[in-house]
Amino acid sequence: MQNPYWPYPVRIDNVITETEDKNLKTFKFIFLNPEDEEKFAYKAGQFAELSITGKGEIPIGIASSPTEKGFVMFTVNKVGLVSSFLHAMRPGDIMGIRGPLGNWYPWEKMEGKNVIIIGGGFAFTTLRSSIIYMLANRSKFKDIHVIYGARSPGMLLYRDELAEWEKRDDINMHITVDATDDPDWKYNVGFVPTITEQKAPPSDGETYAIICGPPIMIKFTQPVLDKLGYDNDHIIMSLENRMKCGIGICGRCNIGKEFVCKDGPVFTLGELNTTPKEY
Amino acid sequence: MKVIKIDKKDWAGGLGKLSDAYRLFGPVKDKDVSDFKELAAGELPDFDFLNTNLSAKSAVFPQNEVMFEYSLDESQEDHHIMKEPEKDYSPRAVIGIRPCDAAAFLLVKRNFDTPEYKDPYWIRAYEASTFVGLACNDPGKTCFCTTAGCGPFHEDGLDVLIADAGDHFLAKAITEKGEALLQAAGWGAEADGGQIETMKKAAEAKISSTVSTDSLKDKVTTELYDASFWEDTAFACLNCGTCTYVCPTCWCFDIQDENYGKAGIRMRNWDSCMYPLFTIHGSGHNPRGTKTQRVRQRFMHKLKYYVDKYGAGIQCVGCGRCVRLCPVNIDIREVCEFMNSYDPAATTCKAA
Amino acid sequence: MLGYTDKIKEISERLLKEGKVDMVIGFKKGTMPMMNEPCVIKKAEDAGKLVWDSNCGINLANYLTDRKEKIGIIAKGCDSRNIATHIVENKIRRDQLVIIGVPCKGMIDRHKIASMSETEILSVTDAGDEIIVKAEDSEKTLKKAEVLQKNCAVCTHRNPVIYDELVADLVEEQKDADRYADVREIEAMSAEEKWKYFDDLLAPCIRCYACRNACPLCYCPTCFVDESRPQWVGKSTDPMDTRTFHFLRAYHCAGRCTDCGSCERACPAGINIRVLTKKLEKDCFESYGWEAGLTTEDRPPLDTYKLNDPEDFIK
Repeated sequence: MQNPYWPYPVRIDNVITETEDKNLKTFKFIFLNPEDEEKFAYKAGQFAELSITGKGEIPIGIASSPTEKGFVMFTVNKVGLVSSFLHAMRPGDIMGIRGPLGNWYPWEKMEGKNVIIIGGGFAFTTLRSSIIYMLANRSKFKDIHVIYGARSPGMLLYRDELAEWEKRDDINMHITVDATDDPDWKYNVGFVPTITEQKAPPSDGETYAIICGPPIMIKFTQPVLDKLGYDNDHIIMSLENRMKCGIGICGRCNIGKEFVCKDGPVFTLGELNTTPKEY
Repeated sequence: MKVIKIDKKDWAGGLGKLSDAYRLFGPVKDKDVSDFKELAAGELPDFDFLNTNLSAKSAVFPQNEVMFEYSLDESQEDHHIMKEPEKDYSPRAVIGIRPCDAAAFLLVKRNFDTPEYKDPYWIRAYEASTFVGLACNDPGKTCFCTTAGCGPFHEDGLDVLIADAGDHFLAKAITEKGEALLQAAGWGAEADGGQIETMKKAAEAKISSTVSTDSLKDKVTTELYDASFWEDTAFACLNCGTCTYVCPTCWCFDIQDENYGKAGIRMRNWDSCMYPLFTIHGSGHNPRGTKTQRVRQRFMHKLKYYVDKYGAGIQCVGCGRCVRLCPVNIDIREVCEFMNSYDPAATTCKAA
Repeated sequence: MLGYTDKIKEISERLLKEGKVDMVIGFKKGTMPMMNEPCVIKKAEDAGKLVWDSNCGINLANYLTDRKEKIGIIAKGCDSRNIATHIVENKIRRDQLVIIGVPCKGMIDRHKIASMSETEILSVTDAGDEIIVKAEDSEKTLKKAEVLQKNCAVCTHRNPVIYDELVADLVEEQKDADRYADVREIEAMSAEEKWKYFDDLLAPCIRCYACRNACPLCYCPTCFVDESRPQWVGKSTDPMDTRTFHFLRAYHCAGRCTDCGSCERACPAGINIRVLTKKLEKDCFESYGWEAGLTTEDRPPLDTYKLNDPEDFIK
């Protein structure tokens, strides 16, 4: 019997401090047993439990894309016991990864459709995974728009990649910050809902919007999307509830009868409207 | 299947023989409180109880269970890698489990044994177990099993059903596992099965407590969730978690690492939806931050979410433990009635 | 305590009708013998649901913590002492409360009564100083004094210490109660005997925390057993962790505990937890002449100091 609680052993290969407040670090992991990497076949939007021996586990969205081979990557915000300990770990340290867990963005449905990605703050991780995945399979999708905002330029994740994507003509980037006094800032200034209103294309009836970010951003972006003609079944969200087992067994992360860890974390707004708002 | 007569004078001897082939678990009394324990050599299960304080779930799902062991000593080759500990999954027999507790395992199995994921600890322990049920000749005033998909002589989930018939037991083998157990004990005198049927009818007739669950599946989740009765229902609740710990169908758990010097264990411990920590986010936000939200979760899970998720009735077998042991008398029978009869269109519901 | 119920209903109805309070916290009839359920009444016409008898053991002060409304609360002696403690500790304001005092003659021990009956009990009714216990095939009349909760049997503050309304004349306080016989018994034990005694006492604990949650003193936003950074105590039923929880909890209640018995009443495993809190109650009484909750003026001895303290650690 495969033990779904057993984390694959991994080695930390690389650690990058992403943001100016130093609270977000990106960890690149390499599987100790190469065959485990094959077992860890994932899709953009899924998450995994990062297991720190002696401390516990935390559920984190996978930031690397299935099209990137040889490693997996996670960007972790320093909040609790496990994430704080992880932030102090160094390349070469051994830990574990359990997954992939949960469902993923509906790639099958989104094929041949316009996709707009809306992200805020550090919830951009699985969105990075999604962008890399879509760019590697560019012909499968119609127009791609990305609206991504952070408090300040120094709080944006993956800045080098953002700059590269900006240069491409097969993806429309709309990077924004809440405010900045940087005279060289050449992108947008304003909150995500406002930029969405200005830059997001109206739905052609089939356009999918993937939206990840802090609750306040989601709250104010939703009416904008309504106005732009996105119906609830085409607005895709990813939830973050407290989790332990990650496989729908331990009981804590449910919203109604659905477990965020197993039946989610990805839900359409239409689905969420039929469940209690316990997230 | 056949019914065997076991003279009470042959009971201890048979159990003795069983202990060669099985680890025996049974109800044992300590300071007037009955609970399931692993029986010591020669120890007999004590059948003088209405029901045990804690359910028999711990025989398969112990309150604390080691999932992995690890070393933090970097001089060890496999440091920081989780290893499954050796565990004893040799055959075990749970003697004297009430039919409600056995039926509960079947409800709980839907959680631990899913098409996508198999919980190896639960499944191995469950499969290693033979459940020898003790029928309830005298069900209690808080037993509502017959309307909770169960009953005092209910057989689903049991391998053998034993009924106390005065100077002897009648034992009905329900599965092959059960037949093998009876054989191993050396109990083989065939008896007339009719008597069990008569006793069953008499016992069922004694059940005076009921719940109605017929309308639960038709309720709209969000409407029931927003019902006005939750605030009053939850008022008295202390959020102590007793109801969840004593419940045979509550399965929630927490996972914790415990270090002892350079080594440690990853273990799971029973957890409870009554506790605020159960759902609190790293950010401090808690989607079930209030007592009322947590009480609602417990009842909605048992009486609505489970019903909708599996289409197999409520997540309750009517054992009545939570009713008997709640320190402030919150009664699932009453709450079930509120839920089952809830009409969002009515200005005041029955509960108000 | 016959007749209390009518008076409680009358006072509560009046307070709600006159708008003096937003709610009344009291008891309603339970669904089982010897159980009443704490409840909140918000409309005058619902005051009829309130009851009072010998099964109102849960300490209602527990339901006041950090509430903002104007509240009428039914309070027997121990509840009133915990209300006083709540006021001292700023968990509620005196001017938010209308305390409906209940001169109490003790609550009955439901576990004891249940264990006295061969068959399941169908009903238990108060009849003055007697209790009528009906079981399937029997009816017994018991002297209430003989089946009191253990804490009630030695209670010396049956009357509420603060109140705004009174449901009956004050009752005579028990004078010759030997309050600490059980503590002295343990104090007399050798270290080994004590170890064994406490080991045995706490062995059935399932760490559900019913004792803590039933206790009006245990209102910490995060209890030390739930802290994760740092994590003080393991989460399993390891005996060391279980003992740490119980001993530390008892110490947190030192000088604050009124021996209301809620912890013991709530425990699903039947643990006699009061022996821990009683010892500290006794120590506070003997060292400082202090009994918790008798006044809203003074702070409990362990969270205050005096310049003339005879011990030199403070100087």
